[in-house]
Amino acid sequence: MIRLPDFALRVPRSIDEAAGWLGASPADTMILAGGTDLVPNMKRRQQVPRTVIALRSLGDLRTIRNGDGLTIGSAVTLTELVRHEALRKTVPGLWQAAAQVATPHLRNMGTIGGNLCLDTRCTYYDQSYEWRKAINFCMKKDGEICWVATSSPRCLAVSSTDTAPMLQALGASVRLVSASGTRTVTVADLYQNDGMLYLTRRPDEILTEVSIPDQTGWRSTYWKLRRRGAFDFPVASAAVAARLERDGAVGAIRVVLGAVASRPLASAAAETLLTGRRLTDEAIAEAADAAYVIAKPMDNTDFELVWRKKMVRALVTNALREVRGDDVREARMSLARQVV
Amino acid sequence: MDGRAKVTGQTRFADDVILPRMLHGRLLRSPHPHARIRRIDTTRAAAHPGVHLVLTGRDFPIPYGILPVSHDEHALCPDLVRFVGDPVAAVIARDEAVAAEAVELVEVEYEVLRTFATPADSLTHATPRIHDYGDAGNIHKLVALEFGDVDEAIAGADHVFDDVFFFEGNTHLPLEQHACVAVKDADGKLVLYSSTQTPHYVHRALAKALEMPAAQIRVIATPNGGGFGGKSDPFNHEVVAARAAWLLDRPVKFCLSREEVFYCHRGRHPVLMRFRTGVTKDGQLTGVDLQTLLDGGAYGSYGAASTFYTGALQTVTYQIPRYRFRGCRVFTNKPPCGPKRGHGTPQSRFGQEVQLDKIAERLDRDPADLRLGMVAPADSLTANYLRVGTIGLADCIRTVVDRSDWRTRHRKLPYGHGVGLACSSYLSGAGLPINWNDLPHSGVQLKLDRSGGVTAFCGATEIGQGSDDVLVAIIAEVLGVRPFDVRVVTGDTDLTPVDLGSYSSRVTLMMGNAAIQAAERAREIVAAGVARKLEVPAGRLTFADGRVFDTEDPDRGLTFQEAVCAAEAGHGTIGTTGSYTPPKSAARFKGGGVGPSPTYSYTAAVVDVQVDPETGWITVPRVWIAHDIGRAINPVLARGQVEGSVYMGLGEALMEEQAFRRLPARLSSALVHKFPSLLEYKSLTSLDMPEVITDLIEHPDPAGPFGAKEVGQGPLLPIMPAVANAVYDAVGVRIDEVPVTPEKIVRALAAKAAGKPARVGPSAFPDIDWPDALVVPPPWDGGDGRASNTRPSSGRKADAGIEAVAGVKS
Repeated sequence: MIRLPDFALRVPRSIDEAAGWLGASPADTMILAGGTDLVPNMKRRQQVPRTVIALRSLGDLRTIRNGDGLTIGSAVTLTELVRHEALRKTVPGLWQAAAQVATPHLRNMGTIGGNLCLDTRCTYYDQSYEWRKAINFCMKKDGEICWVATSSPRCLAVSSTDTAPMLQALGASVRLVSASGTRTVTVADLYQNDGMLYLTRRPDEILTEVSIPDQTGWRSTYWKLRRRGAFDFPVASAAVAARLERDGAVGAIRVVLGAVASRPLASAAAETLLTGRRLTDEAIAEAADAAYVIAKPMDNTDFELVWRKKMVRALVTNALREVRGDDVREARMSLARQVV
Repeated sequence: MDGRAKVTGQTRFADDVILPRMLHGRLLRSPHPHARIRRIDTTRAAAHPGVHLVLTGRDFPIPYGILPVSHDEHALCPDLVRFVGDPVAAVIARDEAVAAEAVELVEVEYEVLRTFATPADSLTHATPRIHDYGDAGNIHKLVALEFGDVDEAIAGADHVFDDVFFFEGNTHLPLEQHACVAVKDADGKLVLYSSTQTPHYVHRALAKALEMPAAQIRVIATPNGGGFGGKSDPFNHEVVAARAAWLLDRPVKFCLSREEVFYCHRGRHPVLMRFRTGVTKDGQLTGVDLQTLLDGGAYGSYGAASTFYTGALQTVTYQIPRYRFRGCRVFTNKPPCGPKRGHGTPQSRFGQEVQLDKIAERLDRDPADLRLGMVAPADSLTANYLRVGTIGLADCIRTVVDRSDWRTRHRKLPYGHGVGLACSSYLSGAGLPINWNDLPHSGVQLKLDRSGGVTAFCGATEIGQGSDDVLVAIIAEVLGVRPFDVRVVTGDTDLTPVDLGSYSSRVTLMMGNAAIQAAERAREIVAAGVARKLEVPAGRLTFADGRVFDTEDPDRGLTFQEAVCAAEAGHGTIGTTGSYTPPKSAARFKGGGVGPSPTYSYTAAVVDVQVDPETGWITVPRVWIAHDIGRAINPVLARGQVEGSVYMGLGEALMEEQAFRRLPARLSSALVHKFPSLLEYKSLTSLDMPEVITDLIEHPDPAGPFGAKEVGQGPLLPIMPAVANAVYDAVGVRIDEVPVTPEKIVRALAAKAAGKPARVGPSAFPDIDWPDALVVPPPWDGGDGRASNTRPSSGRKADAGIEAVAGVKS
């Protein structure tokens, strides 16, 4: 069995205490929520913090509040989200995204905050220390080069979170707390397209909650592509949130792709060309093309990249049809291998 | 037998063996695919607090290996490392964490050598040699056998089919990672507990590698959390643990990580193959000319046998009057391939069954009818001198055809939906042992005493397949007692007579026959005692329902316990033995030792698929499968083996790949396993598993215990070709390689739309400098199982290659 490196585990009594500890030594301290991402990464020496601050003891972070929209504490587990009946009704896209993360066991531990901060993934990086030594490491950890594209100036690791593209499409924002203050940023602004610096969260900040604006009048859906009906991270996904007018015309819409870049990728072109139009087959095909164009999958996940890129079209098409009101259960079942 | 222990958590797997004063070991593995070890300095590692011992290749001068022809492994590499993951040093420490820290302190200086990543590399570059043995350069094994004039047979055919197929390598993926504990026991002997399928071979390897008398070594096979062929070789960590425990006089445990299990491998060989087949217009095969190229990885393992197996069993399903087989296995710098469920036969079975689908289409025949018209006859010899006993293949085909409504569905379903059919056969145990000798392959000892209890001792190894249940059931049946009154002791080289191990689908047949013999001998002794006591002729006694009674007056009898007491009083202490040795093979040519079996199982399967023509996405809603098992000793377990085979077969058909990354050669010599993890090595989950409709076809075979044949491996084989054939039926494209993936379907559909061949698969088979074939006339050409050319050259160029290489070295 691979053993964890030595580290100090600290359990805070309050967010402020946690923020204080983190602020004192942000470079070698990390936040532990469910541990489903951090712990295996530590075993593989991808992250070797000297101090780990566990958030699960903080009750404030484990609540879901209704009000003007929905506010979810960052340590709420994915299972708790999936079991939240109101959320399933009002934000079906987020429910679908959360319900397709990993497996029931991992959802019992994994949290919404953890899924948002999920380390970017790459088949050259998500390997043991010994394996990475055999390729002389890569730029994301201990090395110089990006083996995915050896001339790339930046790391091409893939954003592999299911909830982030959906939350971005929903127009959600997150609260970041540090010893020096609190700020709110949109999920769209939480990310940047760099496999190493994929979060704009500063190392001294703790993500404490996610706020979703009022969804009245909005529909949402999430389509995930992966090899099997469980376990796997997405290799491409499409999140759509839309408000339709009475005549079926699109009042507002956001189309966000997952797992085809180092961050969730919004298709502004798809949004522009759909706004004000009805979701006809033609409009959907145009939007799917627009999304297809910006998807840049690389050869560092499961499946061939050319096919993954093609699949973006199918995912966006299915998502838009579902938003239109089509019965897509059969296509959904065939892809997800379960009722989602 | 093991249900209670498994459900209550009492099963003690190797990693559950915890002994007082136990130390933990870890291996340092090579970061280079191919390199010479220039220098190893263990000073810092040895000085690390908590470290008890550091070992290197210098401590293990004696090589070992599973096959006598390839003792090419050392517990730790003495000079060359041959793949990323090859062990070069070992640290034994007070716990795993310390061992892992200290391993990093071992300093190794390497001289990096050329990386051989593919068979093409190994065929075209004879040097540097990965091993200093083999048929030429980096070619491990070349085989050429010809049964009758195949060129003539193909030239005379109405149609000739010439197809190239590729089967990607894949691995066993047992849930339990390999683990072992070695200890010098109280009386000074060496004991090794290990998750092995073959304690007997581990026993032999330890004796050789450690230069210890075998009688001083005891190997205990712990229950395996899955084997599938992946725990059939002696492994580095076993030999290292044994030596370390001996030197330190403390128990030493190794528990491999998942990544290390991928490096142990011994899984399915990647095989490129070419089938040239002649067919008459009424659908009879005139001859088959098969060539296979196996990517063997870095060591021999079972590879010489695997090479033969890619060509051995083509003839036992269908009548093939003339047959030529040429196989080539190369060494490459990857974890060694070996036996995985089906050992060497699934790859060429895939090619054969997909080609038959193409033949059926060209001849406008139903693929089921085509096969039914060429099924090999019962009680016959094949062209390559394999003896077919009972054959339920036609029944299997008819059963799945009926069950699946094949006739109303095949070629009749809407676009995107299809069904495919394929068949297969497998050995019920290999006819010849690995270490050629005339000793029994399986032995069973029975102890009966006045308690009325029966204890059976057998070296057979329970790996989750239920061999202990089969042993109990057979003995209970013969002695007429309840299975619960029989206790078994298995897989322990001290306590149990030799059984060669759980591989080759041999256990039910061989152990079962030995058990019947031992139980019948015990029954004779007991019957004699009862006959004396009741004054009834022994021949009139029946053993049933826990009693021994007069068949003509059933009220007159004794309980089994009373019967044993009567026998013990008259006979003395009761112990019997039984043993089994397979019948002699009809093959008398060199290479004829691979393929013979006491009897063969047969399987037919129909797979239902839905394919999305836009995305290539494949869904398998159901599989119908019928298996000729001869007789099911335990139908629940037998069905479990069939369903497990379907599960594993679908994994191979749809997604599993033991794939590697070669970094750009101008920047790096690295060649690494692409994803040595349970997450990224894709295998089916329960959500991806279809409904399986299983039929067991029972025609008892005289060679098997109560007529039983194997069921552990054969049912896997038809799944992969049936999937490929079903995909063709669904969307009209041929995926001539495994796995069949959505990407390949989309590529093939795009090719079809562009007017190109609607196919994805290898385009050519390389020119291999084959040796002259050993020519063996088939039985119907007057052959007697001997070769007609007595001493074929083993390939002139091949020999020259070895000399050339030797010249370079000196």
